[in-house]
Amino acid sequence: MRQVLYALCPGIVAYTWFFGTGILLQILLAAGFALLFESLMLKVRQQPVALFLNDWSAIVTAVLFALCLPPLAPWWIACVGMFFSIVIAKHLYGGLGHNVFNPAMVGYVVVLISFPQAMTQWLYPVSIAPTDIGFLDGLWTILSGQLPAGMTWDAITQATPLDTIRTSVASGHTIAEARQLETFGDLGGRGWEWISNGFAAGGIWLIWRRVISWQVPTAMIGSVILLGLAGYLLDPGSNPSPLQHVFSGAIVLGAFFIATDPVSGCTSPRGRLIFGAGVGILTLIIRRWGAYPDGVAFAVLVMNMAAPLIDRYTRPRIYGH
Amino acid sequence: MQDSAVELARNAGQRLFHFHGGLHLRHHKQACCQVALQAVAIPPRLYIPLMQHAGPEATPLVTIGAHVLKGEPVGRFDEPSIGYVHAPTSGTVTAIARQAITHPAGLEGLCVVLKPDGLDRWIQLQPIEHWQSVDPELIRQRICESGIVGLGGAVFPTSKKVEEARKSAIHTLILNGAECEPYISCDEMLMREQPDKVVLGALILQRAVAAEQVIIAIEDQMGEVFSALQTAVSKAECTHIRLVKLRTIYPEGGEKQLIQVLTGLEIPAGCRPPELGLLCHNVATAAAVAEAVTEGKPLVQRVVTVTGNGVKRPRNLLALIGTPISNLVDACGGYTQDAARLVLGGPMMGYALASDQNPVIKAANCILVLSSRDIQPDQAEMPCIRCGECARVCPALLLPQTLNWQIRNDLLDDASDSGLGECIECGCCDYVCPSHIPLVEWFRFGKSEHHLLALERARSDLARDRFLAREARLEQLKQDRERRLSEKKHALQDRPTVESGTTGQGPA
Repeated sequence: MRQVLYALCPGIVAYTWFFGTGILLQILLAAGFALLFESLMLKVRQQPVALFLNDWSAIVTAVLFALCLPPLAPWWIACVGMFFSIVIAKHLYGGLGHNVFNPAMVGYVVVLISFPQAMTQWLYPVSIAPTDIGFLDGLWTILSGQLPAGMTWDAITQATPLDTIRTSVASGHTIAEARQLETFGDLGGRGWEWISNGFAAGGIWLIWRRVISWQVPTAMIGSVILLGLAGYLLDPGSNPSPLQHVFSGAIVLGAFFIATDPVSGCTSPRGRLIFGAGVGILTLIIRRWGAYPDGVAFAVLVMNMAAPLIDRYTRPRIYGH
Repeated sequence: MQDSAVELARNAGQRLFHFHGGLHLRHHKQACCQVALQAVAIPPRLYIPLMQHAGPEATPLVTIGAHVLKGEPVGRFDEPSIGYVHAPTSGTVTAIARQAITHPAGLEGLCVVLKPDGLDRWIQLQPIEHWQSVDPELIRQRICESGIVGLGGAVFPTSKKVEEARKSAIHTLILNGAECEPYISCDEMLMREQPDKVVLGALILQRAVAAEQVIIAIEDQMGEVFSALQTAVSKAECTHIRLVKLRTIYPEGGEKQLIQVLTGLEIPAGCRPPELGLLCHNVATAAAVAEAVTEGKPLVQRVVTVTGNGVKRPRNLLALIGTPISNLVDACGGYTQDAARLVLGGPMMGYALASDQNPVIKAANCILVLSSRDIQPDQAEMPCIRCGECARVCPALLLPQTLNWQIRNDLLDDASDSGLGECIECGCCDYVCPSHIPLVEWFRFGKSEHHLLALERARSDLARDRFLAREARLEQLKQDRERRLSEKKHALQDRPTVESGTTGQGPA
C-alpha cells in the first residue's frame, strides 16, 4: 500500500505546482478523518487497531478521495466523504478485503451529489489565475468555509476543462473554438495534462514493481482511445479527440490507481481487461450524454457491481482440464 | 488418450516449453557442491521406521535379539508390490518399539532399533547377471524386493510404478534430475560423482518398461553434471539417451511441470503420464535400481544434503537409513551459534522437526538447519485483498484466493470443483502473498477435510441404503404375514359349515 502512495507523489507535486497548496491541506484533512474513522470502526468491531492501521489502506483511500476534491473545499466535505468511504463503504461491508465498492469513489460520489456547489468551485491554474491564493488564505478558507475578505468565489474559480467543453458544445460552439480558451493546454486542460503525466509515471512504476497488473490500465486507456477515436472521426465538432479525453479529468488517475483496486475489481486477467474496458466505455458515455462532466467515479462503481459476475465467467482453465 | 497427444509426447525434449507461473528463487547450493560426497560413520544405534511413506506400516519380520546382516529384510508391507524395509548394517535388533518418527505431524511409529556390530557384513548378494536379456518382470521383482521407492521426495513404491507403467506402451523414460528446490543438491552430487550408476539405472529401467528412448533432464545451472553425464553416456555407448538442460525455475522438478516443459502437453485430469507414453523417475531412484540389479544390494542408504546457515560446514553426505539426524549434523561440524530450526526437506516444501534424534528415512533428501536470521518474524495474517499474485505464480493454473475463501467457509465441494485436488503444494502462492496467508496449510487442511467429508458421505450413504433395505424387508415380512392371515381366513370361511348335532365320525 505504501508503494501506491509513493507512486502518487509525482502527480501530487504537479498538482501543487499548478493549483497551489490547497490540495495538500485536503489530503491531510482527509487522511486525518480516515484514520479517525478507521480506528473507531476497528475498535467497534473489536479488531487489532495498530495492525490494520499499519496497512496504510485507509490513507490510500483518503489521498485518492482528496485528489478528486476542489483544492479549497470546506473541511466538512472531507469529513462527510471519509465517513461514507471508511465507515459505510469499507467497514460495514466487512472491512479490508471485503468491500464491494471502491471506498474512495463511494465517498466522492456521495459528496458530489450532495454538495454540488462546493464541489464545483475549481480554481484557475496558478499561471493564469487573476488572484493568488496563498497557503494561509487557503487554510483559512478550508477551515472556515468562507473566503478571506476581498475575494469572491466567482473571481477565483472557473469551470474545469471538461465542464467548459460540455457547456461550449451545448451552446453551439465547436470543440476547436472552445480549445482556444486559456484553460486549455496542448492536449487536455492546462496543468491537468501535467498532473495526468505525473500519475501515469507513478502508475507505470507500480506496474513495473508488480503492485498492480497491466490489464486494467491498458484496457481502460485503450478503450477510451478507441471509443474516443470513433466519436472524434464521426463528429470532431462535438467530440473531443481521444488524447484530449485521456488527459482530461481523472482517466489516468482512475486507470492506474482507482480501477486497479484489487478488492473491488476482478481477479482473473481476462476479467481485468473486461473491467478496465467497461470503466473506460462507461466514462466516455457519461461524459458525452450524462449529466456530469466526468464519469470515472460512476463508471467504477457500476463496474464494481459487475465484477463478481465477470469473475465467474472468466475463470482461467485449471491444469489438465 | 488421444493418439495425437501420444505422438506429440514422442518429441519430448526436442525443444523446451514453458509452464505457467513458477518462481525464480536463489539457489544456495554452491557451498554444498564444492565438497565431495562423504559417508557418515555408522552410528551406535539405528532406528529404522517401519512406516517410510504413505500407507500402512510394514510388518516386522525380525524379533528382538535377532542378529541381522546388512540388507536383510526387517519389515514387509502387506501390499505385495510395495516391498520391504531392510537392515542398513549388520547387528542385533535391540527393540521394536513405538517412538517419534520423522513425519510431518510428528507421529509415533513402530521402529526397529538396531545395534550395529561394526562388521557391516552384507547378506549373500545375488546380482542379476544378464539383466539385458532376462524377463523384465524379474527386474520389477528385484526392484520390489530391494525396497526401492521414489527418492525424489514423494517415495512412491517404484515397483508399483513400473508395474502400472507396463500396462501402457511407454516410449520415453524421463529421468528427473531437475532438483528445483533451493538448498537441496543431493541429486546433483550423485550425478556428478556416480554418473555411470545413473546411466546404468536408466538403461535397466528402460528395459523394465520397454521404453524406446531415455531423457535425462537437468537444470542449466548444473554445469559439471552435464559433462559428467555426457562422459557416462558415451562410455555406455547408447544412442537413445538424451541429456536435456532445462531453464532453472521452481517448481520445474514437479512431474507434471517437467512433462509440460519437455513436451508442451498437460496431463489431463484423472490421467497419469504412462497414458501419454511417458514415465518419470528420479535419478537417485535409477541409481538405486542399478545397485539392486547389478550388485544385488537393496536400498539401505541415500545421499542427504545437510545445509543451511545453522550448520558449520554444509555438505552432502551418504547416510544409512535409520541414522539419527544429529549424527549427520555432527559430520558437518555441528550446529552454529544461531541455529534455530531443523527442517526436513527444502525451504518450500519441507517440514519442521521437533528433535534431531529423528532418523533418516528414505524420503529424507535434505536436512536444512535454519539460523535465526534466516527465519522471518511471524507476520500476522491479514485478509486477502484479491491481488491475484497467487494465481499469477500457480503452476497448476489454480485460483488460490478462491480456494482459500471456499475452504474457510466450509464450501469443500466448491473447493474441489475449483481444483483443490490439483494443487501440488509447491508453496509458490504462499511465497508471494502480500497478506501473509498460509495458503498451503489451508489447502492441506481443505484436502483432508474433503477426504473426511467423502468418507462420511460414503458411510451415511451405506447406512441409508441399509436402512432402506431393512425397511423394505420388514415391510415385505408384514405383507407376507397379512397375506397368509387373509388366506387362512378365507380358507376357514370357504369350508362347508359343520351341522349341529352331528357327531364326528370316529371309530365306533
